[in-house]
Amino acid sequence: MRESIIMKIHYGTALAAVALVAVHILMRLTQGFSESLEYDSVIANYKFLPYAGMLEIILILLSIHGFNGLRVILLELKQGKTYEKAVSYGCVVAMIALIAYGSRTIIMVNTGMT
Amino acid sequence: MAQTTSLAENMSSSQSITLRIARYNPEHDSTKTFMEFQIQYEKWTTVLEAILDVKKHFDHSVAVRYSCRQATCGSCGMIINGKPRLACFTKISELNSNIITVEPMNNFPIIRDLAVKFERLFDTHHKVKPYLIRDDTEISTNTKEFLQSPEELEQYIQFSNCIKCGLCNSACPTMATDSSFVGPQALAQAYRYVADSRDKGKDDRLKILDDSHGIWRCHFAGSCSQVCPKGVDPAMGIQLLRGYMLGFRS
Repeated sequence: MRESIIMKIHYGTALAAVALVAVHILMRLTQGFSESLEYDSVIANYKFLPYAGMLEIILILLSIHGFNGLRVILLELKQGKTYEKAVSYGCVVAMIALIAYGSRTIIMVNTGMT
Repeated sequence: MAQTTSLAENMSSSQSITLRIARYNPEHDSTKTFMEFQIQYEKWTTVLEAILDVKKHFDHSVAVRYSCRQATCGSCGMIINGKPRLACFTKISELNSNIITVEPMNNFPIIRDLAVKFERLFDTHHKVKPYLIRDDTEISTNTKEFLQSPEELEQYIQFSNCIKCGLCNSACPTMATDSSFVGPQALAQAYRYVADSRDKGKDDRLKILDDSHGIWRCHFAGSCSQVCPKGVDPAMGIQLLRGYMLGFRS
């Protein structure tokens, strides 16, 4: 993939994440902070599908943005064909693993596995 | 009589500074050392003149590259009191310091003392195709020269002032860690030709710069623009070039 496309995705995910995280914070303000983090409240959030969907999207956006940022930092620290390939593929794998792990939590709650 | 008075006045205006020159020969030195010299200077004396004074009177083995002495050839770039500057374009009096430290430019391999290798700069400069690309030529019969309006000229004219001195590359923080980065000098030159209405090689150049060590590795620190002795603003050129990549400019 061309670097310009990757960076367009990088900027796009940052803007979208800022908007959705703002919504997420506003939703948390509808109740007290400690109350918001109670087990039942968290489970209820995950079971409310539109909100769970938004959390999933935030997870994807931040994973893409964060791991691409990490890739950029690592590419600037050291150079070399093998190293650069390892960094790029490593970041993609780590990104997929993080998204899969976060999605698993939402799916488990919604399928009654908790 | 009048001349004697004038000379006496000049003599009385002469002051002294300590010039610290970095000495390093990669063939047999493991670290950089500094040699100190007491130099007399006038208010118009440049750092290059002080270094040449050292070569003439104290130590002729100091290695320094210079040529025009008027900020045109871009040969005498070095770190003067911590900042990349042209030695011929920096007066000792304007530094407001009794100690002047001169070191070779950062982000360049050292040949010896203050002289550095320019291969990487010239390679990246060449890589961005710093010339007009088009199939036809203005040097043919029955054709006119390629006309350009003042507004079209304004788009790139400041970037054609680049003298390839390398000060921008020396100041760039990305250049310090990324050995494959194109660098602000080449990126600014790429913009100079991309923005030229007579040029048809925009797509070629943007493709070259659209690399993992290309234009996107600039973090807009802006230090390149701060040190340019010719008033070129490479940081702005890079952002304008990004505009083409992101589709804001065509």
